[in-house]
Amino acid sequence: MNLDSGLMLAYLVASILFILGLKGLTHPKTAVRGNLLGAAGMLVASVAVLFDKGIVDFQGIIIGLVIGGLIGGISAIKVEMTSMPEFVALFNGSGGLASVFVAGAGLGILPAMVGSEYAQSTVATGASGLIGSVTFTGSMVAFLKLAEKISGGTISFPGHKPFNVLLALVSVGLCAYLFVSPEPQVYWALIGVAALLGVLLVLPIGGADMPVVIALLNSYSGLAAAATGFVIGNNVLIIAGSLVGASGLVLTAIMCKAMNRSLTDVLFGLAQALQVGEEDDIYTGRVKATSGDEVAMILETAQKVVVVPGYGLAVAQAQHVIREVAEELEARGIEVLYGIHPVAGRMPGHMNVLLAEANVPYEQLLEMDLINPQFSQTDVVIVVGANDVVNPAARTDPESPIAGMPILDVDKARTVVVIKRSLSPGFAGIQNPLFAMDNTLMFFGDGKKAVQEILEGLKEL
Amino acid sequence: MEMLIIYLTVFALAVFVGFEIITKIPPTLHTPLMSGSNAISGITIVGALLWAGSDVEIPRYLGIAAVVLATINCIGGFLVTHRMLSMFKGRR
Repeated sequence: MNLDSGLMLAYLVASILFILGLKGLTHPKTAVRGNLLGAAGMLVASVAVLFDKGIVDFQGIIIGLVIGGLIGGISAIKVEMTSMPEFVALFNGSGGLASVFVAGAGLGILPAMVGSEYAQSTVATGASGLIGSVTFTGSMVAFLKLAEKISGGTISFPGHKPFNVLLALVSVGLCAYLFVSPEPQVYWALIGVAALLGVLLVLPIGGADMPVVIALLNSYSGLAAAATGFVIGNNVLIIAGSLVGASGLVLTAIMCKAMNRSLTDVLFGLAQALQVGEEDDIYTGRVKATSGDEVAMILETAQKVVVVPGYGLAVAQAQHVIREVAEELEARGIEVLYGIHPVAGRMPGHMNVLLAEANVPYEQLLEMDLINPQFSQTDVVIVVGANDVVNPAARTDPESPIAGMPILDVDKARTVVVIKRSLSPGFAGIQNPLFAMDNTLMFFGDGKKAVQEILEGLKEL
Repeated sequence: MEMLIIYLTVFALAVFVGFEIITKIPPTLHTPLMSGSNAISGITIVGALLWAGSDVEIPRYLGIAAVVLATINCIGGFLVTHRMLSMFKGRR
């Protein structure tokens, strides 16, 4: 067996390890091992390539590995779980830029190619550069928005959309031109235009839609890697890249569905129509305020309690206190579950990570489809820092801007306690009839303080 | 033409495998899935290493830069995913 076949086999092993690794993520029990399998695949692929006869000098390689390893390692150890969306955005960007550089490095060998090999390599180089560059700058803007270094709202200028279309057309035109004339100037011009496009695509996207954008950029970073695989003619890049591309697309679709938004609405910055001041006052005389002691007494007599957390819970850092309340209740034989809406955090699955960090067992974290049928047999629901995702208007009012959005049916429980600072609307900008329902009690205040008061109330009983 | 066809075949099949597996991953693990798949997209390190080890001036520098970036993805991605997954515990 010659060296090339050996390398191919190693790449095959790596690809299989990636697939098994992702498969491990289908259950929390096997997930840790799955991730390690993925890492092993990466090790196999990167060690194998070092045997390639094209590699003659190891100095640059070692420098690169050490610098990259240090940056990646230290940031992964230091990052806070609440900052995971920013972290993933940065990493998407670095993957995109890596593809830009790898495709750019191969420009010099393009003119020597002929026939279909030339066609494949030039088209793939263009695609790799275009997708990689959009991913890089788009991710950087997403990072700045998530980290609140720039406004999280819509940033736009007159003629923004036509200009984006123009940039997209110019980018595709430059890809075509690269096929005719595979010169570095053409490639780097393409990178520049695509970089601007990436910035302008993400700038107008509002904070509420960010989870969709991160998922989509995740997909792009994979597609860029797959395109790079076509450039250097390597199956492991194509396989790994398309796995990631598919993963990002699935997550994008899930998030769009959960937010009742179409992908085109998100991408083209079409905001949901906000109703301002048109609505009748549905709250006055109907809202009942409650206190920590009262909630504690109601919880005491319950048999089944469901906690519905929103991102407000994480902002208030109330995860740990809520878990203490849950433990206090479980000690009295009361069943406690958590109902998690897909957009509860700032990225897909974010709330689950935050609760896992607070030592909530994963069996208690139930997704929307599993928890919804259980609300009618639930005695008390505690909603902390969530609003639109528990708004029954999505189900009952076809005129509502959120009509048809999948929600958690907390209103079907016997008693609903909503912990919230005020009656102010959420992202959708609409009133929530839940707050005025007969079985709802409003506990006004900071999430952490309110839950703390409930805990103290319980301990005194 | 044969190589291109082979690559396209591999690409198409891998996308389907991806869809099949990812749709089975529970929402609880979607954040680790994103950071983990991010690490996997660091596979560009293979291409980056090839150029970083070459003796052609400019491609070599681009390759080294790409090695840095892809290594950040691989090491950082797998490590942070491991950190997160270790927090998911069942009932005591």
